[in-house]
Amino acid sequence: MGSSMLRNKWWKILSICLLVYTVTAGFLGKVPVKPILNEGIRNLYFHVAMWFAMMIFFITSAIYSIRHLRKGDLKSDNYAVEYARTGIVFGILGLVTGSIWARYTWGAFWSNDPKQLGAAIALLIYLAYFVLRNSVTDLDKRGRLGAVYNIFAFAMLFPTIWIIPRMVESLHPGGMGNPALDTKDIDSRMRMVFWLGAVPGWTLLGTWITTLHIRLRTISDKKLANV
Amino acid sequence: MARKILALLKKDILLEIRQQYSLYGIFLYVSSTIFVLFLDLGQPEESVWKGLFWMMQLFICVNAIAKSFLQETRGRLLYFYSIISAPHFILAKLLFNGMLMLVMNLLALLLFMLLLGIPLQNPLLFAAISSFGGVSLSLVFTFLGAIATRAQQNAALMAILGFPLIIPQLLLLIRLSNIAFSSVVQGSLTFIFLLVAAFDLLIVILAIILFPFLWKD
Repeated sequence: MGSSMLRNKWWKILSICLLVYTVTAGFLGKVPVKPILNEGIRNLYFHVAMWFAMMIFFITSAIYSIRHLRKGDLKSDNYAVEYARTGIVFGILGLVTGSIWARYTWGAFWSNDPKQLGAAIALLIYLAYFVLRNSVTDLDKRGRLGAVYNIFAFAMLFPTIWIIPRMVESLHPGGMGNPALDTKDIDSRMRMVFWLGAVPGWTLLGTWITTLHIRLRTISDKKLANV
Repeated sequence: MARKILALLKKDILLEIRQQYSLYGIFLYVSSTIFVLFLDLGQPEESVWKGLFWMMQLFICVNAIAKSFLQETRGRLLYFYSIISAPHFILAKLLFNGMLMLVMNLLALLLFMLLLGIPLQNPLLFAAISSFGGVSLSLVFTFLGAIATRAQQNAALMAILGFPLIIPQLLLLIRLSNIAFSSVVQGSLTFIFLLVAAFDLLIVILAIILFPFLWKD
């Protein structure tokens, strides 16, 4: 995603179209009737899609951190930071939408479920990334230390997020060796809205937000360089 | 290569033996913590005992490793930089901190058993698991200590970076120690053990790859 991606318009329009489709089909479309879940199943388009988006942003951030270490350019560092920031925002949204869902299906906003805990840990780790960055004033050093921590945290975190919740009992689907997204629970109609609408839609929206932040950061960097 | 690492290791051990203040400092810290726990709780039941032990081990680890890393002055680091390569340096540090943690862990465990009682069925097995756990924790904190040193920060930054990052591993270790003591034999014991070992390997590999980037200034 180079600078041409920043200026192109088509994917921003696509993002809006996909989200309009997701919200319309998500609230009005037919869904299978499940006990306990009932209409709450529609939250799949929001809650689960947020996690997909978050994961994509954190992976992108780690890739830009690797690039920064190899090239040492400020640009990759800016990209890494901003993708991590957007990842945190989507993680928080995922937690909030999940808590609301949990309130109506499991009875409480928070029930110390392994996946809830995993998500909270992930957010803490990425918040620590920003603490580390802010503690260093030198720009080059900040980029390098931040990148090293980002890669290390990513490599430490994601195996555990994918392994531990599957080993222990969880209220979420996906515990005890089940696939995380049980294909029997959703029908083809829902699958289409989820994979064609929600996941790419939210991811593109997040990317759009990130590119705006990156442009802002680039401008302020230029200003700083000219002073 | 092994010779260089051993030489560095020897230097760290010699330093530790000659200026014993840091070793004793940590040990004093450990014993006063355990004493306070003893005053507060007396002799707690097994689950509380184990929970407290892991928490204490975490704090020992942060303090011990912060001391070992932050004692290197800027000038000395520069000197090392000119004579050896980065992977050797970090490997020596990982080894040294692992050994330090092993000693600290056994001392703390001894004191813990002395003051807070022994509610465990198999103390030797717990000693083995906690040593393994202590070394695993020390690997993570060694790397974070390296980052914190480069950021010219104190142990506080190390704790801020480390505590969220260590939770998954600590959960695995606690699980390992719980399974080891349940009366029902569970097959997942070796699996978790291998998982933690794989994690340790991952950390060492990451440290070797990433440390050179921290090194150059």
